[in-house]
Amino acid sequence: MDTNLIPFLLINLAKVIVVVVIFLMSVAYTVLLERKLVGRIQNRWGPSRVGPFGMLQPLVDGAKLFLKEDLIPEAVYRPLYILAPIIALGCSLMSISVVPFGSDVKWHGVQLFQISDNNIGLLIILGITSIGVYGIALSGWSSNNKYSLLGALRASAQIISYELALGLSLVGVVLRSGSLNLRHIVDVQATHGLLSWNFFGGFQFIAFFIYLMAAYAETNRSPFDLPEAESELTAGYHTEYSSMKFAMFFMAEYGNMITVGCVATLLFFGGWTTPFGNLLPEPHSQILVALLSIFWFVIKVFGFLFLYIWVRGTLPRFRYDQLMGFGWKFLVPVAVANIVVTSFCIGLLPPAQ
Amino acid sequence: MHLALFIIFAGLCVAGALNLLLQRHPINSALSLIVVMSSLAVLYLLLGAEFLAAAQVIVYSGAIMVLFTFVIMLLNAGREERTHGSKLAYIAGFPGAAALLGLLTYVFLSHRSEFGQARLGEYLATTGDLSQVLFTTLLLPFEVTSILILIAILGAVALARKEH
Repeated sequence: MDTNLIPFLLINLAKVIVVVVIFLMSVAYTVLLERKLVGRIQNRWGPSRVGPFGMLQPLVDGAKLFLKEDLIPEAVYRPLYILAPIIALGCSLMSISVVPFGSDVKWHGVQLFQISDNNIGLLIILGITSIGVYGIALSGWSSNNKYSLLGALRASAQIISYELALGLSLVGVVLRSGSLNLRHIVDVQATHGLLSWNFFGGFQFIAFFIYLMAAYAETNRSPFDLPEAESELTAGYHTEYSSMKFAMFFMAEYGNMITVGCVATLLFFGGWTTPFGNLLPEPHSQILVALLSIFWFVIKVFGFLFLYIWVRGTLPRFRYDQLMGFGWKFLVPVAVANIVVTSFCIGLLPPAQ
Repeated sequence: MHLALFIIFAGLCVAGALNLLLQRHPINSALSLIVVMSSLAVLYLLLGAEFLAAAQVIVYSGAIMVLFTFVIMLLNAGREERTHGSKLAYIAGFPGAAALLGLLTYVFLSHRSEFGQARLGEYLATTGDLSQVLFTTLLLPFEVTSILILIAILGAVALARKEH
């Protein structure tokens, strides 16, 4: 390994740069998608002036946020006030590193469509999400503002509570595939197209809906966006932030949305595999196979982002006690029941092979 | 490669632990503790204990330390006040700590030959291996520990319950 350490590092660095650039671009365009779609849901146009169909709006927004004055209020605790958005965005960017985007394509022995292929990919995503709470918690505390503090407290309590349901909902999938490696979890679902996906063939749809609801709460998205409920808390934990520091929280939130979409795709909807299974003939060209896998993956993730925005445009916000009751008294017991039933089925039914 | 990573994260771990003691503000101390826990996770990973490393991050740095910071934020604990400390700490504390350190060093050094050898990056305990051991040979301690935790939860609920 030591002999070819330099090319190994260079290829990986190139991969990281490409993934980060694409990830940030998709974050920018998710914001545009949200503004457009919510506009349509509310019977208005959404951004339409900058460029054709408003397609250049994200660039202009970025320039605006970048050029704004970066205010730091007097009474904040500066080290943590500056550190908090960095933690939030850093965790959001890191969790994409274990996500495989496409089929197993190797170039000089390096996996092309994934930054890091390892045995505990799923646990790494869970771990990084649990670290991401600090960004929000510290921002609220260090702002020295009652609204921010309340928002941060709500966020920490909410994220810790729903993390439990989130983790438990994934156990059924892990039981079925017998691995925590994301690539292996997808390979298990690849045999018969749509029918072997965990959502349909694996009978993990209860787990999927628990995952989806818990993940919406984890990313502080509507209908669980209490940490930044405008009507009660001004802007919640990022009330005191402006310019790029605010933009970092914003990007972190949308980045987390994309990661949640990726994980849902990988675990429940067969990742990059086609829904048609063996009905369609396999293309002969290797490049075409790779491109098709990317195509299916992107389509599925796009579907999840669409759902996120659709839910945001449709559902009203929870009340705080309802939120906690829903998480602890409904999602957690159902997730545990799902684990028990799944393990009984796997234990009692004869294995497929 | 492994040695370089070990030196970096072991240094980070020690630095975090020292910072934990020296900082006066409780939230800085809590954050240093998070650094210590996360560097420990990397050390576990270097020794090949994947699942343990992930569990360390999820449980300790993710859940338990969030509760710590949560409480510090709720109480809005201020800066710690420096006192000169009690006389007892100077008379008994430092010699006591030195004696304990000496005793531990002596025991470890004298029994060095009986310890197993762990090398960085050589051994890999997968999640499957770990659960095999945990649910067969170590089943009884594992289950007893979970009952212990259950009792602790029940105790906490009983203490926090309002009297009617």
